[in-house]
Amino acid sequence: MTTQQSVITDEMRAAVGVEGPPTTLEVEKTNCRMFARAVGHTDPIFYDEQAAKARGYRSIVAPPGFLGTPIFRPGGAAGVPGETGGQRFSIPYKRVLNGGTEYEYFPENDVICAGDTITARSKIAGFEETTGSLGPMLITRRETTYTNQHGKVVAKMYGTVIQY
Amino acid sequence: MAQQVYFEDVNEGDEIPSLKKNCSTQQLVLWAAGSGDFYQIHYDKDFAQGTGLPGIIVHGALKHAFLGQLLHDWIAPAGEIRRFGCSYRGMDYPNQDILCRGVVKRKYEDGGRRLVELDVWTENPDGKKTSPGTATVALPSRG
Repeated sequence: MTTQQSVITDEMRAAVGVEGPPTTLEVEKTNCRMFARAVGHTDPIFYDEQAAKARGYRSIVAPPGFLGTPIFRPGGAAGVPGETGGQRFSIPYKRVLNGGTEYEYFPENDVICAGDTITARSKIAGFEETTGSLGPMLITRRETTYTNQHGKVVAKMYGTVIQY
Repeated sequence: MAQQVYFEDVNEGDEIPSLKKNCSTQQLVLWAAGSGDFYQIHYDKDFAQGTGLPGIIVHGALKHAFLGQLLHDWIAPAGEIRRFGCSYRGMDYPNQDILCRGVVKRKYEDGGRRLVELDVWTENPDGKKTSPGTATVALPSRG
């Protein structure tokens, strides 16, 4: 392995751990159904409010991996918070890959259901540099915390973005 | 959906029931709308080939969500997904089988919860693990 000059700047180091502006996500019945349908879920709690209530939920349940829909504003920033979004830094790598996704749920606080409004707060957890089959790469780990309208943390997401 | 699985029924090394997926390009468009990821490599063949890909590829996050369904279908109605994640190591293509699988790695109790840790992954028709990951679920007890 050859020694590469680090692409991590002081500006990037200073950004680690700093929370970005919060994003509001709405969990709506239609979006829960759409997400569940796209995956191919068959459990009626993701489609039918009565079935969900009969199983003890407040409304249609958000399927695994669905944490609500960001409010779209014409001309505003697009994208899902925490996935590959967030602040971009000036680095020499042009290509971007989604390296991986991990969700942690806290159902003891609340299960995410239709009707919820979620506030997502994202921060960079760290940068790493490595050399793989694609050559030198920068790995950015991002952590997003999802809090519902009752102030309860319902999920966290740990995302990895690879730039090379 | 199968019958409820209980903590006592699970042993380390057990494989959970697998889930077979095979995405049409229509399903990828559904996912684009459902997830909000409109990157064209997932539905526009010319665009995908223009970036050097052999063709349209399946969204990584959709494979992650498939693993969510694998776990949900195994533990419903009374189990809870506590954590699930995967890395995106290989590409999958439309109209090819994506097999979702899981193996129990460890079972333990923590703070009154009965937890099961698993290795989960998607594999392509060659048996290559394209999205290896891990998960933790809580299961009810027969007790």
